[in-house]
Amino acid sequence: MKATNTRDPEYFHKVVDCQYACPAHTPVPEYIRLIAAQRYTDAYMINWESNVFPGVLGRTCDRPCEPACRRGRIEEEPVAICRLKRVAADNKGDISDRMPIIPKKKNGKRIALIGGGPASLTVARDLMPLGYSVDLYDDQRAGGGFMRSQIPAFRLPEEVLNDEVDRILDMGVLTHFNHYVDSLKAVLDKNYDAVFVGSGAPRGRDLDLPGRQAADANVHIGIDWLSSVAFEHVENIGKKVIVLGGGNTAMDCCRTARRLGGDEVKVIVRSPFEEMKASPWEKEDAAHEGIPILDNHVPQEFIVEDGRLVAMRFDRVKAVYDSNGKRSLVSTGEDPVIVPCDDVLVAIGQENSFPWIERDVGLEFGKWDMPVVDEITFQSTNPSVFFGGDAAFGPQNVITAVAHGHQAAISIDLHCQGELVTKRPPPGVTLVSQKMGIHEWSYDSQVENDQRYQVPQAELEFTLSNRKLEVELGYDAMTAFQEAQRCLNCDAQTVFTEKLCIECDACVDICPTDCLSIIVNNSEEAELRQTLKMPANNTEQDIYVSENLRTGRAMIKDENVCLHCGLCAERCPTAAWDMQKLYYSVTKAGQCG
Amino acid sequence: MTYIRPAFRHPELPRNELGFTRKDYEGAISTLCAGCGHDSISAAIVQACFELSIAPHKVAKLSGIGCSSKTPTYFLGNSHGFNSVHGRMPSVATGANLANRDLIYVGVSGDGDTASIGMGQFTHAVRRNLNMMYVVENNGCYGLTKGQDSATADIGSASKKGEPNHFEPIDLASVALQLGATFVARSFSGDRQQLVPLIKAAISHRGFAFIDVISPCVTFNNNPKSTKGYEHVRDHLAATGTVDYVPFKQEISTEYEQGQSKEVTLHDGSVVHLHKADPELDLNSRRSALRLIKDYKAKDQILTGLLFMDEKSQDLHEILGTSKTPLRDLGEAELCPGQKVLDKLNESLR
Repeated sequence: MKATNTRDPEYFHKVVDCQYACPAHTPVPEYIRLIAAQRYTDAYMINWESNVFPGVLGRTCDRPCEPACRRGRIEEEPVAICRLKRVAADNKGDISDRMPIIPKKKNGKRIALIGGGPASLTVARDLMPLGYSVDLYDDQRAGGGFMRSQIPAFRLPEEVLNDEVDRILDMGVLTHFNHYVDSLKAVLDKNYDAVFVGSGAPRGRDLDLPGRQAADANVHIGIDWLSSVAFEHVENIGKKVIVLGGGNTAMDCCRTARRLGGDEVKVIVRSPFEEMKASPWEKEDAAHEGIPILDNHVPQEFIVEDGRLVAMRFDRVKAVYDSNGKRSLVSTGEDPVIVPCDDVLVAIGQENSFPWIERDVGLEFGKWDMPVVDEITFQSTNPSVFFGGDAAFGPQNVITAVAHGHQAAISIDLHCQGELVTKRPPPGVTLVSQKMGIHEWSYDSQVENDQRYQVPQAELEFTLSNRKLEVELGYDAMTAFQEAQRCLNCDAQTVFTEKLCIECDACVDICPTDCLSIIVNNSEEAELRQTLKMPANNTEQDIYVSENLRTGRAMIKDENVCLHCGLCAERCPTAAWDMQKLYYSVTKAGQCG
Repeated sequence: MTYIRPAFRHPELPRNELGFTRKDYEGAISTLCAGCGHDSISAAIVQACFELSIAPHKVAKLSGIGCSSKTPTYFLGNSHGFNSVHGRMPSVATGANLANRDLIYVGVSGDGDTASIGMGQFTHAVRRNLNMMYVVENNGCYGLTKGQDSATADIGSASKKGEPNHFEPIDLASVALQLGATFVARSFSGDRQQLVPLIKAAISHRGFAFIDVISPCVTFNNNPKSTKGYEHVRDHLAATGTVDYVPFKQEISTEYEQGQSKEVTLHDGSVVHLHKADPELDLNSRRSALRLIKDYKAKDQILTGLLFMDEKSQDLHEILGTSKTPLRDLGEAELCPGQKVLDKLNESLR
């Protein structure tokens, strides 16, 4: 196998599992160390630069970083990365003097943002400091998009959202709220230099079953209903509520219903419990509030008596998988299940909808009637129209929308400066030794054995009676420190210098997790992985292969369960191993040089 | 500041027949210099005991004084241990072994502890064929007192800032051969593949099993003019062959070339295979081993590997005809069999 090219910054970036998994590539270990050092404002700013909404995301992120966290591969649970982020947001000091300076003199380029959600706001955040004039259109009365209309206040207090949204709008974005854009052509006619579409995936799926029409008064589309609750158009619901669907929207619907008078709220889902789309912690939170989840139930009929919805009929199924692993839900043949109800919330998915985009504005539509959008530049087939967030490739999540926004802002900037949008800027990368002395590193290399700390919650008796009372209380400073200490500092890279190695094996012997081997490298990767001191069976994780050493052997490291404890470097008599901190930052618009 | 070994281990660590992982054979974290060959030897002992599925409480580790003699702390943390006076480990081992023949005795010593202050002790343990493994971690210098030449330093070899050594070195493998050791091997701390099977064979051998392991002192004796540094040893290394240790229960699966292979069955039924690199070597002949050591030395090479093995070895207990039951397990009834037996004994002597 060929020696690893560690000059490619992506190699070490991939070792920082959390950062690599984050769509916005937030430098997670760096801010976790700052939280441990109680430098909350600094930790917040690292987040803010990268993901724009640390307070929001610290409460609501889908956290792709956590399943990726290396800690989850050496013990039960990953580091509570998401909730640590919240600690930075909750405890930060004044950051107004750290905000980018917005030039008084504009650069003469005008940008329209359609939709006021996370993608559009990120574009504004990146372009305003460069001197662009930005107009934002949204049909809601305030910015934030789905973060405002879909995420219930008991998970995300309005003031947290307002703080982070206003910080961007206060840069001088010209907002047009309560303004539904019904024609792209009309926007284009205003001669913007670029238009960014961040209008989300606004249409909730309906369920066309017998009785649907007759029951209409008590059947609500989940996302529309959540939005009505958020804007206080709806203040109560029936006592018995059925929530259909198994995603995070269903979890938000059932928990909201519980607070609006639903005494008997049930989530009923077609798939098996384990295969529900909702995040495990959201299912746990629903269960904690006394909401049962009935799985393997396929809805059949809305039962209406005397013109009023009284129940729903379900067929029991079981999941059967064919040889390709494709699932089908097969009826068990048991008697149908009748579940009485006063209201039904349908949260079975949402989709994109672009009735307002004329099909003759040079913008091509492809599969599923979605606009054709480049996955790297976010440019549509109309060179001055860009997409991002759920509007680009269908419903995903806030952090993905932010990542889209950053990239679209780069494209818009390049486009407006007459450059090729395909000229993507390289990431900013530094790799610096952390050695401070013998057995002494500038990071806390000692690995703590603590298990994941639970985030305390407010008492049910208070949370269920107040829709706006935040359920999670967040870590206190001490618990945050302890949780932060669980981080393995995976950005402290093990960097190997072949010519210094005397092959004494000290690193191989000391490595607690048997990551290292010094062996002959004369086979292809798959075989080489099996010849290591411990076979490298996790093929998602790279192996780090050195050039051949003096004896013709090579140093091979399986990155999989490296604790980044630095012992290899401490036991190395010649400093052939060094712990070097990788700081990898995604380059933003205007920083391309 | 760390220097604390994390508690986490690889989640897929294999288990041996006793259900133990390598972790169960580890000791405290080493306080020797980074890169010390002794740490490699400790790791090899851990690996060998793990692979042999030895119950840690069935092992007694014994040592004297010196860097080498600190190492028993760094392996087999769940075993018995005795850190004796400088050079006096063989006496303690002899006493312990006579009192309890059921334990496995692992003696670790250094070139100072064995070839200087403990030479008299060492020689007698060898000639009595005490059932133990005796490892010398040989770095040719006194590392604990800043690297003075030891009695095993080669003529002309110079340690860090040192004058070349003028005195004839003691070759401990040759000494052991001459005094009747029944298992003699030499190895290099940087050659784990050779060292682990040698340790396994030495532990399984009944009688005095001696391994002289060249173990570079990175701090004081790893410079270009030293003959016991990593670079010199690697450049001058030769091996008697490849050693395979096959436990009794395991079928022999490797095919060995006729004539080049020597097979020795140990008393516990396990088999040691030597795949010979030098056809001159006769594993059952002390003379052959002694000659080869000299021949290779004359070629400026260091001969490593298994040098000599006596399959018919009788250890001290067998020679003395001691009780099969360990002395410490004998109760009052066995030790004081009563007046009748005493009378009978006295009668037989009249």
